[in-house]
Amino acid sequence: MLHTVNKSPFQNNTLSDCSRYLQAGDVVLLLEDGVFAAQAGTTQTALLEEMTQQVTIYALSADLKARAIKELVDGVKVTDYAGFVELIEQHKVHSWL
Amino acid sequence: MAEEVKKIMFTVRKPPHGSIYVYEGLEVKLIMAAYDADISVVFMDDGVFAVKRGQDTKELGIKGFEATYGALVDYEIQKVFVDRHSMESRGMTEDDLVIIGEDEDTEEPIRPQVVDAQEIAAMMAEQHNILSF
Repeated sequence: MLHTVNKSPFQNNTLSDCSRYLQAGDVVLLLEDGVFAAQAGTTQTALLEEMTQQVTIYALSADLKARAIKELVDGVKVTDYAGFVELIEQHKVHSWL
Repeated sequence: MAEEVKKIMFTVRKPPHGSIYVYEGLEVKLIMAAYDADISVVFMDDGVFAVKRGQDTKELGIKGFEATYGALVDYEIQKVFVDRHSMESRGMTEDDLVIIGEDEDTEEPIRPQVVDAQEIAAMMAEQHNILSF
């Protein structure tokens, strides 16, 4: 499964809600305001670090750059739009709107 | 060769009435039920508020849709699930859930089935498509 999260974790619980429904081998893609979770050294870092133990976490580069997010939580990978398309080709998708 | 029946899951994560998502999602489910699809519905997170019994929307000036949930089984949508943790953390029990139909033989009311998050995750992985509302 590919889980997409597009909400800021500082605004609502979407990311932690999503984390309860993950299985080993799943992929989580942070995009739009979801990328705020990827910033290192925040109140959400522990949650994200815990998630990286179980699944692969990507953040979308265009959204990171647009929000000046440069220091990422350890284990978070960066992908671009082409990588986003590849992830969608490889997985079934659930959007955590 | 017959085409494989599509497995389509609807996830409902928003509370009712504050936005149009839950109502629109219900409309889409009823439309999809007309096609030959294997439909399941999961109420999770704030979506569990949508299946709480006793919603009275008169003073909001809208019809509400609790009664429509009562027709889901008639529309052959029987796979209706509620996430246990979401339900319990919002002070609800199984007795608080709406009725989605009645058993043909016993006429007993049918309610959504309460399941754990990992059961939902496993069901998600089996779907062809998942639509979130």
